Amino acid sequence: MQQEVVLAMLAKEPSSGSRLRARLNDALGPLGDAVNDGQIYVTLSRLESAGFIARQEAGVPEAGRKAYELTAAGQERVAEWLAEVSWPRPDLAEFHLKLVAAAQAGLADPIGIVDAQRRELLRRLREVERAAMAEPDDSQAGLLLEGIVLRLQADLRWLEACERLWMNRRKK
Amino acid sequence: MSENGADASIVRARGLRKEYGSGEGLVRAVDEVDLEVAPGEAVAIMGPSGCGKSTLLHLLGGLDRPSAGELWLAGKRIDRLSERGLAQFRRHDVGFVFQAFHLMDELTARENVELPALLARRSPREARRRATQLLDQVGLSDRAGHLPSALSGGQRQRVAIARALANQPQIVLADEPTGNLDSAATLEVLRLFEELHTAGITLVVVTHDERIAATADRMISMRDGAFVGQTRLVGGTGGNLADLAGLGG
Repeated sequence: MQQEVVLAMLAKEPSSGSRLRARLNDALGPLGDAVNDGQIYVTLSRLESAGFIARQEAGVPEAGRKAYELTAAGQERVAEWLAEVSWPRPDLAEFHLKLVAAAQAGLADPIGIVDAQRRELLRRLREVERAAMAEPDDSQAGLLLEGIVLRLQADLRWLEACERLWMNRRKK
Repeated sequence: MSENGADASIVRARGLRKEYGSGEGLVRAVDEVDLEVAPGEAVAIMGPSGCGKSTLLHLLGGLDRPSAGELWLAGKRIDRLSERGLAQFRRHDVGFVFQAFHLMDELTARENVELPALLARRSPREARRRATQLLDQVGLSDRAGHLPSALSGGQRQRVAIARALANQPQIVLADEPTGNLDSAATLEVLRLFEELHTAGITLVVVTHDERIAATADRMISMRDGAFVGQTRLVGGTGGNLADLAGLGG
């Protein structure tokens, strides 16, 4: 997880690590477990060394825990990050070339490879779908799960296109 | 149970075939399909448009007759029924769900759900009682008096599913039930199917929606009128959800 995520979550209000943890859990639902406490504390101490956050001097400490707040540099970094348009890149070329190489060398049937891949993606889709079904309506985490579902669906549709092409090749 | 049909399957098809046209123009929309569906099972039949999956569903539900083959539903031989017997079979033993909902626009949600019970000659009071209960089951009690035009796509399909259950059918057959729905409404239908599944209702869905296939007990792939493979997607490894969201490592 990007350290900017932790930084931006602090923008709402100064928070302790445990408070941040609870807010991340709200936003991530069943995926919250993947972010461990250690990660949050390590990220906080890195952000502190980088001068993006500082321990709060004034105010009421939450049950004796340290609350962190954004510094001016931290605020600036959050603003930059919000404006960034980076996006994870899917790596489809590897699978595409796997099919090409397998077919050219006669090593394996591309359709069989597509089939196996489809089963794997369907298995993942099933898992995400089950988690999505368990979320209440309007849950923030449900929206994240919907995003995963839609991406898996896109991949499955591409596999369908792969199957069509390689099926036609086989018929020739 | 009838001849050769004495088994635990709800659906049992042997060498099922449906042909259109003749001579050079002969098309086998369904080509020697064998199928067994166990009680309470949720089966998804997937394939591209034109693969024959809708035709197959129509055969299973008695909306159309096979050109050849044998078909039993809940131990009853369907392919030999008279027109009248077939109509009765459709009314009492099968619940249908369609892509375009097929609700009566001028009837309220409740009236739509009552209709199959009334057609099956139940008393209006009984039909009303059942409709109220079903709308509650699909989470639409507060929309019972609405016309379909006042409902969202997901809600219309939930009404259609309630209607399909009106006569406590042996099996629910669905043809692209999420084909007209957006992602959120698809989830509503998936949830409802899951509830039906938990309640032990047998479900056969033909679809090209991977989301339905992924949540069924069994997925059958169909191409050119025939089954080309099937998969059981039981379980799931657990724990890789976070990876899929980019939270891993």
